[in-house]
Amino acid sequence: MTGPQLEESAGFDRSTIEYIQRAAASGLYEIRGLGAKRRVPNFDDLLFLAASLSRYPLEGYRERCATKTVLGTRFATRPIELAIPITVAGMSFGALSARVKDALGRAATEVGTSTTTGDGGMTVEERASSKTLVYQCLPSRYGFDPDDVRRADAIEIVIGQGAKPGGGGMLLGQKVNPRVARMRTLPEGVDQRSASRHPDWTGPDDLVIKIKELREITDWEKPIYVKVGATRVFNDVKLAVHAGADVIVVDGMQGGTAATQTVFIEHVGIPTLAALRQAVDALDDLNMRGTVQLVISGGIRSGADVAKALAMGADAVAIGQGVLMALGCNSDSYIAGGKHLSAVEDYARLGTAPGFCHHCHTGKCPVGVTTQDPVLELRLDPAVGAKRLKNYLKTVNMELTTIARACGKQDVHHLEKEDLVALTVEAAAMAGVPLAGTSWIPGAGQKG
Amino acid sequence: MANLRPVPMLREFDLARDTLRDLNSFLHKRAAAEGISQVQVKNPDGAHSIACGLDSDLDVQIHGHVGYYVAGMNKHASVTVHGNAGPGAAENMMSGRVHIRGFASTAAGASAHGGLLVIDGDASLRCGISLKGADIVVGGSVGSFSAFMAQAGRIVICGDAEDALGDSLYEAVIYVRGKVRSLGADARFEPMTDADRAALKGLLAQSGQTYDPAEFKRVASAKSLYHWHADADQEY
Amino acid sequence: MCGIVGLLVKNPALRSQLGALMVPMLVGMTERGPDSAGLAVYTAPVSNRHHKLSLYSGENAVDWSELLEKIAVEFSHAHEIAAHGNHAVLTSAADPDRLSAWLARNAPAVAVLSVGQSIDLYKDVGAPADIAERYDFKSLHGSHLVGHTRMATESAVTPAHAHPFTAGRDFCLVHNGSLSNPHLVRKRLEPLGIEFETDNDTEAACRFFEWRLREGDDLKTAVRRGFSELDGFYTFLMGTDRELLIVRDAFACKPAVVAETDDYVAIASEFRSLAHLPHISRATLFEPKPEEIYSWRI
Repeated sequence: MTGPQLEESAGFDRSTIEYIQRAAASGLYEIRGLGAKRRVPNFDDLLFLAASLSRYPLEGYRERCATKTVLGTRFATRPIELAIPITVAGMSFGALSARVKDALGRAATEVGTSTTTGDGGMTVEERASSKTLVYQCLPSRYGFDPDDVRRADAIEIVIGQGAKPGGGGMLLGQKVNPRVARMRTLPEGVDQRSASRHPDWTGPDDLVIKIKELREITDWEKPIYVKVGATRVFNDVKLAVHAGADVIVVDGMQGGTAATQTVFIEHVGIPTLAALRQAVDALDDLNMRGTVQLVISGGIRSGADVAKALAMGADAVAIGQGVLMALGCNSDSYIAGGKHLSAVEDYARLGTAPGFCHHCHTGKCPVGVTTQDPVLELRLDPAVGAKRLKNYLKTVNMELTTIARACGKQDVHHLEKEDLVALTVEAAAMAGVPLAGTSWIPGAGQKG
Repeated sequence: MANLRPVPMLREFDLARDTLRDLNSFLHKRAAAEGISQVQVKNPDGAHSIACGLDSDLDVQIHGHVGYYVAGMNKHASVTVHGNAGPGAAENMMSGRVHIRGFASTAAGASAHGGLLVIDGDASLRCGISLKGADIVVGGSVGSFSAFMAQAGRIVICGDAEDALGDSLYEAVIYVRGKVRSLGADARFEPMTDADRAALKGLLAQSGQTYDPAEFKRVASAKSLYHWHADADQEY
Repeated sequence: MCGIVGLLVKNPALRSQLGALMVPMLVGMTERGPDSAGLAVYTAPVSNRHHKLSLYSGENAVDWSELLEKIAVEFSHAHEIAAHGNHAVLTSAADPDRLSAWLARNAPAVAVLSVGQSIDLYKDVGAPADIAERYDFKSLHGSHLVGHTRMATESAVTPAHAHPFTAGRDFCLVHNGSLSNPHLVRKRLEPLGIEFETDNDTEAACRFFEWRLREGDDLKTAVRRGFSELDGFYTFLMGTDRELLIVRDAFACKPAVVAETDDYVAIASEFRSLAHLPHISRATLFEPKPEEIYSWRI
């Protein structure tokens, strides 16, 4: 057994060497889309304790398991009523095409949930197709318009997102086409850099006043959400409650973006699992569970994830990347004329392959999802996309209710933390649930 | 037929007695329907969000000092503050006119898309931050970071500017008459053109200022930060 | 985060109204700071041989007269105690450091909030209006004050974390904002013998100034040094026995408004806390500029 002895370094492995050499060649950091790709403790590390001799299941297809979810009951006179606790996360027109925004709205309307605008404003397509639309107010204020505030069903003040807490938005020139440029009041083709702080307020004491302003403008009718990227979650959730939020959205590090620096995505922010536990603890500490609702996002993929999130105390989840994948992101083909056409060569031209692609920032999405290119965007037919997304959301919801019934719940919101155990010590500590087969919760009793 | 009393076109609110909700709700939902064209507001006493979210051709006169976000997201209306304004005056205004007779705190006109914001006194830091097409005329001086990331529109400064004027400027243009302590990244002085002088003359006239346009300098973006560039000395 | 208020009466005739003028200012800052409030009042100074210690027992019931008796046994000096529920002002001719050390050992339920010849310090958990009522703030007399309402950020909502923070004699500080390097500052100061009571970022600023004053800087020099050493956003309002001082960082993201007449100087995070002061329509109103130090002496 002879041959060259190849010993790879763990610290300076091939991908690290490639990163260093790319930096040496270009002089610029890598920018990419999607969320954290490396493995972190997540919902896969939790398991359900379902029915047994001491807990009785519900019949899968006959006995009702309710999924209705109401968000924004604290102050708004018109809270958001959803049929399922699964919403579509904020993603911008600019990151996505207008056709995609249309598809998202159609699907959400059919399954009875909401979509959310992103860093670029509200499109006519999305407002027309989405029955329940949450309107984001971001640091950049691109396209922010009081008429859209009045047209929205809820307002979401964004302090940060999981992929890049502390950073602002980014849209490279190739995606700043005439329509995007016009909506964002930017020159066409410019590399857009967004602010990381809001222009007219800083800190929770000012946020109190900003929230009140939005309430005055909407005559106190619409729920006000506050969204944070997961960092100091325990404190942030408490402050958001004090500041007057109706709903708090927490986005973990696995949350996606259309474009930001890779170092940001992988090294800033905490996993969704840890963030969720801290957010729920904060609400419990203030006795606000049930009064202020919590939406968790950042790498939510399946009904199992949703069930675990609800069991840990979330009222709802938001899905971004999963929604795009339902539409075809990382699929090897796109659908045109009722047929599947291969996109593999287009991935190759980007230097990637289906299942590995994170090239949203290029604007050359091979399946027409995260692009403004007039040719590529036709690869996503809104009606087809809407159907696929509806199928995905329905599947996720069915998985959720399957698990809930198996745990004996007539309502998915009756899932509780005690229905969960963990597979690893890290997950047990982060989630605050016992290691499977034991009663041990590492760090139990320590708050914050 | 009894004497026809003229229907008053004017309403008065006293914020020492009426609530902010009473006032804003009236302005949003009933003023236009009741044929009211002018509203007087007494005793604002620093209250926030007065006359925010207006969406009709009203004339609102506020007698005293206001807090944050006066006339926030204004559309069509004319709002005059006979006093000072707190942070975010006329933030995200879409059209119409807001006039602050005293001084304005930070972020005056933040992200405003259209209309005219006139400040007779000084404006504090970040005047016109993230501006998106509105016009701002400041009779006095402005604080640091004014016109930060200003994308479109025009800012006229009759007094001085402190540090980092026009940092990360896009297409907005600044006309400044006094001293500029320092310019921000990518901002530079450019020669005034006839078009600049004509535009400036109009803006000064609209704001009741009598300065000569010839006394002003133009500050605009050098546009060297528009694209990521490895060899440029960009702080990105 | 918070609201701050400051008041200095230039006209001695107004000293008896200091509290009455201040209460609406403090209550006006409730939305910015609903969790807790604190106030440092500078009264006519006690004689040179005496010091005042502001004592606080939080939720613990303390028999103040019993405590006074024990102190009288241990220290043979003159003592007086004026108590108001869980708060008391102890006036003593004993060395205040010895007294504080004795209290720490023998009355651990009692916290010493301040030491000085003019300063009286109050802080408690609850809504500002309730705290004002609890300690009868409207009846307070004095030349100047520094007040604060708090929305808890990184540290827990306990009275110890409420502002003002004090250091040395008659010095106090309140802060609106958030420092980003407080732990580094603490790690630097602790080896120099500066003791910290909390993990609050404002205390880091207070101890930094305590250190600089101890090293012989005057307050303005200390503040200027703070521009490069304290990172983050801040409006600082400080009091000494004779002075009120306000300063904002270079970004000036946290608000502050000043109203000045011949009779008083009043400071608050928002104008609405100043709107009801006498002759406010004739006051000079302005906002402090970033990195400029404004101070007034009595």
